[in-house]
Amino acid sequence: MARRDFSASRIPGFATVAILVFCALYAPIVILVAYSFNVGDSIAIWEGFSFRWYPIAWNNEQVREVTMRSLTVATIAALIATTVATLAALGTTRRRKTRGQTFIYLMINQPLMVPEIVTAVALLIFFASIKVATGYQGLAYLIAAHTAFCIPFAYLPIRARLEGMDTTLETAAADLYATHWQTFRFVTLPLLMPGIIAGLMLAFVTSLDDVVITLFVKSAGQDTLPTYMLAKIRRSVSAEVNAISTLLLLLTVVLLTAFFLLTRKRE
Amino acid sequence: MSTGETKEARRDARNTWLLSAPALIILTLAAAGPLLIMLVYSFLEPGKYGNVVWEFSTGAWVSTVLTRDIFDGTYHLADAHLTIFWRSVKLSLITTIFTFIVGFPTAWFIATRSARARTALLFLITIPFWTNLLIRTFAINQIIRNEGMLNTFLLYLGVIDEPILIIYSDFAVFLGMTYVYLPLMVLPLFAAIDRFDMRLIEAAYDLYASRLQVLRRVILPIVKPGIIAGSILVFIPALGAYVTPRILGGGRNMMIGNFIELQFGQGRNWPLGAALSVLLLMIVAIALMFYVRAANRDAPHG
Repeated sequence: MARRDFSASRIPGFATVAILVFCALYAPIVILVAYSFNVGDSIAIWEGFSFRWYPIAWNNEQVREVTMRSLTVATIAALIATTVATLAALGTTRRRKTRGQTFIYLMINQPLMVPEIVTAVALLIFFASIKVATGYQGLAYLIAAHTAFCIPFAYLPIRARLEGMDTTLETAAADLYATHWQTFRFVTLPLLMPGIIAGLMLAFVTSLDDVVITLFVKSAGQDTLPTYMLAKIRRSVSAEVNAISTLLLLLTVVLLTAFFLLTRKRE
Repeated sequence: MSTGETKEARRDARNTWLLSAPALIILTLAAAGPLLIMLVYSFLEPGKYGNVVWEFSTGAWVSTVLTRDIFDGTYHLADAHLTIFWRSVKLSLITTIFTFIVGFPTAWFIATRSARARTALLFLITIPFWTNLLIRTFAINQIIRNEGMLNTFLLYLGVIDEPILIIYSDFAVFLGMTYVYLPLMVLPLFAAIDRFDMRLIEAAYDLYASRLQVLRRVILPIVKPGIIAGSILVFIPALGAYVTPRILGGGRNMMIGNFIELQFGQGRNWPLGAALSVLLLMIVAIALMFYVRAANRDAPHG
């Protein structure tokens, strides 16, 4: 029997499926973005190019308010999450394994495993009783909830960076009589910085995207941009939502590109 | 072990806990701890206007699957609830299978490109994964809704006389979930295929293995961990999906996630909502345990 010609990179049909998948993945997004530049309000009939939906969105008092709230929550939550995640990463990497290490990993990664709707319900129940007991209805609940589910997203890139870091520089610093703190401040921290910034960006994007947990935790009148959009989509469609979506997409893509450049392995 | 070493080990352990403490406290207060409170709530009586009455009751758990006849007090299977469970499991399974069918060739294609093309293609898969799920679902909604692009286009071509009703159906939810969760299938599949030594296929062919044999005996065993990881990563969020069924399924085609929300809104049955959440969490835990076991079993070979 003659040897059949075979190449792993050319299995018939695979390339076609892959190309179709890439098209299907991007077509809806491209269409969504394109119609944010439509003159008319239609999402199906193209009436000409215009920027008019962007100023309309920007001049919408409510859109500005919910955007500010989203950015506030995301900034504070990402900063706190990254700080505590950095400490946790320093505590759990490059040390001998202690008992309870598995427990710490499980706790930190828990938000990745538990379905969002379950966490959302649990937080609704818990915070509802605190709201009744204290009378406080402010943003702190949202910030606390967002901080918690952002921690694993901040932790993972920081830990990856720490594990890949060379220890010789730190040893050298210690040999040169640097104190623990000096070694950390002037050697470890600067080396760790790309990981920390990457973690901060992932946490920020994660917080900015959240719908479900926010929906259950927020008090009345505390809509964020995603929950506002969800309510708006239900009522009617308007190219204004396309314009807001496009800006949000742009922000995510910029942050992600920066993230990739930061965490890229040097060749 | 010398005393010096034990001392150092103890200091290491102390530092591990001290440094992790802030993260653990936040996670306990705003993620893990409330789950326990939710468990308690699932054993209480519902309050008249929402919230709970502090009286022990297994009523919520019973009513997850049974309804009580208000006239003669007998119990029947709660058809409405079972329909929702079944729809959730069915749609999540179909989504998982379909993402695998299209995800496998895609992952394979990416893994067999040059290093440069691979990085670019991976980045292209990752971007949708990180972009807002709401926006991606909304994009699908815009295309398939009655006055959307698909229907407008087909009407224009004259293929159809009136809009096809795709949106607000089970099919729309399946379509949306396949779209939003596809990257979660492709990425672990890619990771598994990437480690696969393609020369093994050639070797198998040289030894007169048929196409099917190569697939079954050579490729599948090595790619299996990736298949399991991808399936878990798609199945779990699909089962707990809330946004996609809400935007594409409308009010009638609920999944478990929407049904849970209903108990905290119009349903005013917090204990039932809590019980359903615990149930969902248990299904996820079982799926994860299955995954860990399968991953450990396959680890020495991979």
